[in-house]
Amino acid sequence: MIEQALSGLWYGFGVAFEPHNLMWCFVGVLVGNMVGVLPGMGPLATISILLPLTFGMKPVGAILMLGGVMYGAQYGGAICSILLNLPCHPPHAVTCLDGFPMTKQGRGGVALGLTVFASFVGASWGITEMIFLSPILVKVALQFGPAEVCSLMLLGLLAGSTLARGSPVKGVAMTVLGLFLGSVGTDLETGSERYTFGMTELDDGIELIALALGLFGIAEFMNSVNQVAPINTKYTNVGIRDMRPTKADMKRAFFPMWRGTIVGSLCALIPGTGPTIASFVAYATEKKISRHPEKFGTGLIEGVVCPEASTHSSVQGDFIPTMSLGIPGDAVMALLLGALMIQGIVPGPQLITQHPDIFWGLVASFWIGNIMLVLLNVPLIGIWVKMLAIPYRFLYPSAMFFVCIGVYAANNDFFQVGEVAVIGLFGYVLLRLGFHPAPILLGFVLGPRFEENFRRAMLISRGDIFVFVERPISAVFIALCVILIGSQIYFRLRGAKADLEPAAETAVSGEAPTGLAAQRVPATPAE
Amino acid sequence: MRFSTSLRELIGKRDFYAGGLMLLLGLGVALKGSTYRAGTLMHMGPGFLPTALGILLVLLGIAIAAASLAPEPDDHAAIGGHGGGGQSILPEHPQWWAWFCILMSPVAFIFFGRYFGMAPGTFACVFIAALGDKTSSWKGVIILSTVVTVFGVALFSYFLQVPLPIVTWRGEL
Repeated sequence: MIEQALSGLWYGFGVAFEPHNLMWCFVGVLVGNMVGVLPGMGPLATISILLPLTFGMKPVGAILMLGGVMYGAQYGGAICSILLNLPCHPPHAVTCLDGFPMTKQGRGGVALGLTVFASFVGASWGITEMIFLSPILVKVALQFGPAEVCSLMLLGLLAGSTLARGSPVKGVAMTVLGLFLGSVGTDLETGSERYTFGMTELDDGIELIALALGLFGIAEFMNSVNQVAPINTKYTNVGIRDMRPTKADMKRAFFPMWRGTIVGSLCALIPGTGPTIASFVAYATEKKISRHPEKFGTGLIEGVVCPEASTHSSVQGDFIPTMSLGIPGDAVMALLLGALMIQGIVPGPQLITQHPDIFWGLVASFWIGNIMLVLLNVPLIGIWVKMLAIPYRFLYPSAMFFVCIGVYAANNDFFQVGEVAVIGLFGYVLLRLGFHPAPILLGFVLGPRFEENFRRAMLISRGDIFVFVERPISAVFIALCVILIGSQIYFRLRGAKADLEPAAETAVSGEAPTGLAAQRVPATPAE
Repeated sequence: MRFSTSLRELIGKRDFYAGGLMLLLGLGVALKGSTYRAGTLMHMGPGFLPTALGILLVLLGIAIAAASLAPEPDDHAAIGGHGGGGQSILPEHPQWWAWFCILMSPVAFIFFGRYFGMAPGTFACVFIAALGDKTSSWKGVIILSTVVTVFGVALFSYFLQVPLPIVTWRGEL
């Protein structure tokens, strides 16, 4: 087993080191890092905006580049949150707690330097986990029939919508909405049209890019426009020399970093608990273990490296179910999976055997990309810091162009551009009503496959709905679903969502929407 | 005076409207879905799953709306920290003009892109979106639109070969 994984990895490095793949990985990392630094651009918006650039590419290059964009954007987001106290992506909210105080003390550079290092350690651990666990998982998953796949998807969808931020009921509603949106278009089995209202452009369904850019682009711009406080660049004067940590810093950061990594990798194994939860849990654990918990929040290096290591370790770990089962854990993974599907690749347990170049190439490129990021972030920090000062009034109109042309390029059709505007408006209404649109994407990507497997399971069982609890593996998944819902109701009745971590809770401004809007609450640049 | 407070209360019931919207959406989905063939459990037709999802959405909508109406003393403490405008549907300072500009920007891209080509479409798209910002000046907006147009056309037309003519006259009429 281990031998097999290592030979796969060897092969993967061969794929990733092919010149054009290496180039695309570099481009992805660089552009992702650059866009991710910009305040208000989280990984979701960054990937959606850059997705159209990959249409003309080969699948391997495309996925390597998008993977690079994703973790590049995460590195960039950390810079934005530590120096400006602006968490563009929910996992970074915890980083702000101690990162921004450090910046105010003039130690922002050290925080950044150690963040880069901690992220690298976390990511490396996550990748190792991916190398050895994915093949095992695939072996199990290949035995699954349609009933098992169905219940597993149900579990993934439920976990993704209830464990994420916000009210669980609203999360489930968004997932159901996403599943429905996925059913728009021509029915695969009977060929009849559903919910197209006579528009032939909708026959192929709603365009994934239009949905993603509408929900995470336009809706987010509408949320942030004119609401953004002018960016305070008072503390952002950080150069390469400020990044070097002292020996004492290194010593203090070492164990928290590893603890964060372990917490993150454990969180990645539980379906639905993405990086956000991982970073929260890591921070809370660190505070509990610490000998002086009262100092957390005043600029402690432990409070920066621990959640960052945890986030990166869990993000890489999230690739395990995404690549080996075809079931994404959060919206970012759903988007990457959608990108694979656009390239004509069927996700699922057969992916590793059918397209070893994609899987192992991706794994190998993670290593390469993360090393590139360390090398990029240290010398280029001065440039990144300058980019923080780009005002929003230049940013969002330019992004609007990328949205329009990107959606147009998906099909070379202006219809989709109209689609994105409509979805954007709808997404903004949902945001204002307190919904989080991320589960929509999860439901949308999984929807068609869920329906297909559900139908097949019913056909095999001759219409017996109890097949899902009669088959043992499937019964386990269903039981987990029930436990998940039951525990949600239990905690709701006890009214105890608050015992998570009060300090952390206020920092994420509770469930404040991602992006710039989040800053309205925590960003009071105290002198 | 009394009118304004009651209106504020109504707007304040954000979850009530959230649930209501889900209910209406679900109802629409289920009703339209029931016009497609549902089939049997063993041989499901195209209408089966969407109709079921619609019904589920209706139920979830009722649950969300009902939870907002039930007087929960602890609820405010739990939701109070959510920030981002609290329970109100409209943000503190509604940005009707900016919202209009952002939504008109793709429309402008469609119109100018289709009839005049990529460059005019890009310019119009950025120009209109940029007008939405309160602090923008005419000069700044024009410079920004020009810069994005030049870079955008170079990237998408020359480098990525998106098949949209750069400049044309009533292209697809």
